[in-house]
Amino acid sequence: MQRPVTSSRPRHSPDLIEKTLANLSGSMEQSLFAERIAHRSGLLQRLDPRTKVVAVLCLLLSVALSHSLIVLAGIYLLVLLLAWVSAVPLGFFVRRVWLLLPFFTALIALPAIFLTPGPPLAGLPLGIVITRTGVQAALFLLLRVAASVSTAVLLVLTTPWNTILNALGVLRVPEELILILGMTYRYIYLFLHLAGDLFLARRSRLVARLDPRAGRELVAASAGVLLSKSLQMSGEVYLAMQSRGFRGTPRTMDRFRLAPLDWAFATAVLLASAAAIWLGR
Amino acid sequence: MFFRNDRIPRFFLAWYGLLAAWLATTAMHIPDGYLSPATSLVMFLLVLPFWARGVQSLRQTANARSVPVIALAAAFSFLIMMFNIPLPGGTTGHAVGGALAAVVLGPEIAVIVISTALVIQAFFFGDGGILAIGANCFNMAVVLPYVAASVYRAVSADRPAASRRRAIGAGLGGWAGLTAAAFFAGLEFGIQPALFHTADGAPLYAPYPLSVALPAMVIPHALLASVAEGTVTALVVVYLQRANPAVFRFETAPELQPAAVPARQPRWRTQWILLAALACATPLGLLAPGTAWGEWNSQELVQRGLGFVPQGLARLENLWGAPFSGYSLPFSIDPALGYVLSAVLGVALIAFLAWLYTSLFVLGGSPESR
Repeated sequence: MQRPVTSSRPRHSPDLIEKTLANLSGSMEQSLFAERIAHRSGLLQRLDPRTKVVAVLCLLLSVALSHSLIVLAGIYLLVLLLAWVSAVPLGFFVRRVWLLLPFFTALIALPAIFLTPGPPLAGLPLGIVITRTGVQAALFLLLRVAASVSTAVLLVLTTPWNTILNALGVLRVPEELILILGMTYRYIYLFLHLAGDLFLARRSRLVARLDPRAGRELVAASAGVLLSKSLQMSGEVYLAMQSRGFRGTPRTMDRFRLAPLDWAFATAVLLASAAAIWLGR
Repeated sequence: MFFRNDRIPRFFLAWYGLLAAWLATTAMHIPDGYLSPATSLVMFLLVLPFWARGVQSLRQTANARSVPVIALAAAFSFLIMMFNIPLPGGTTGHAVGGALAAVVLGPEIAVIVISTALVIQAFFFGDGGILAIGANCFNMAVVLPYVAASVYRAVSADRPAASRRRAIGAGLGGWAGLTAAAFFAGLEFGIQPALFHTADGAPLYAPYPLSVALPAMVIPHALLASVAEGTVTALVVVYLQRANPAVFRFETAPELQPAAVPARQPRWRTQWILLAALACATPLGLLAPGTAWGEWNSQELVQRGLGFVPQGLARLENLWGAPFSGYSLPFSIDPALGYVLSAVLGVALIAFLAWLYTSLFVLGGSPESR
């Protein structure tokens, strides 16, 4: 998009509308790319979604319970291995995970290596001392976040979202709730488009930057329009559901069947998690 | 309690300023790895009765219509988290949108709406951990809407839909709600190092004690993110007053009102006043020398002339380390004040557990639940 140049503000930084538009399209792009990986052929793509949900929960639990850095690193390597055999591009996977959270976690964890009391490991100028327990604490936080985020991201990358939703039934999540989650996910995209249109329409009528006050009013008006629209649309959606025979109980057409591969994978992950929990006591 | 102020060089104070500024500009979704599984479980249990209450009030009122109402409102609340809001002073912030949901839909339904948005963020967008869903829902889907709604109702009680006080109340509610949520997030982070560490003292989860975690969460939120939340809530209320005032009848619409609640028994109030008086009187115990009879530890047993320590006692003594050992809080504070705080925390915890128990039982027995 051609940026209008204003004489008063030569600075070339994205304004409020562009930032919000980038946020909106970024999240759409992200999940479209995830859907594409979910349709490749790989180990995790071949498994039943219920197996994957249970396996992911086991891995997350063993990450959370571990008191050993080596075990945490081991689980992270295992997740990388699973990504590799599932045709997830490793460079993309590592970058997506580390840019998302552990990078900020590293920033948060860094002061802990000086601030946690314990036996000194190395001295720095200005009388700052790195302690052994501090380094341990920072590594614990970093590895735990990295392993957990990788596990969760791997599930999303290898499974289309509606099959994850249906698989949540195995965790005894009530069916109404699954229906609500599915509808929410679907309408997020509609609202993403709506909001994108709203902001783009305003942007295309601008010749200068919005001042903060007008920016706030624009954001509030967009939010107000979307809120009114969502409440009004919920009535229409309900009528549409009713006219198609909805009586309060959702039904799905997906029928899942557990193959021998699922049993083998589930057993392997259960054993690995149990071993990790035992080793990392 | 891990370090004294003189051991923090100025360099690190500046570092914390940066850190705090970062925390303030992001929404506070706690990722997996910051909280111990025990904390996650407790937070999950704390949220359950609120979910049950929200689902119950929806079933009473909107029935099958509730599905699209929640789904679309949750989609909206997901979206609002992506908006950049320009703040006075040139920075921008993100809002959670929970206060707006509480103002328009009421806190009971807002709990379900925001929880739905948070679950979708955790599962599909990697924002916030999966095991930490309980904690995130407690902070942003329970504390935030309930605090926001009570401030909003206190300020704008029964005013007409076009009243200016509604916008002011919504703004103040948004600010107070998010600040309270940040306080609870800081509390959850801050208790980790004292409760969960390796044998040689390295924290296993979030590494900073309450004295760091609480100010690092509360101060920047109060100055930035909560301001964004309050500003957006107030401005959207102003917009809706102009463009769609019918929205304010949504919360008070008869079909969305729960069945009449029986009036609160007055004797409850006297009981609470009595309890509060008792809690305030707890520092009296500091005047008495010695330990409660029969609650000596092994050293005191020896001093009292027992001459030896029973082996089993010596072995079991350190089995359980209480979070508020000796009724003192895990940071330095005037002992009398610490006693009162301990008493208030204890009373609140027990009252909450009792309420949790009864509400789970009452709700669990309803015929619709499976």
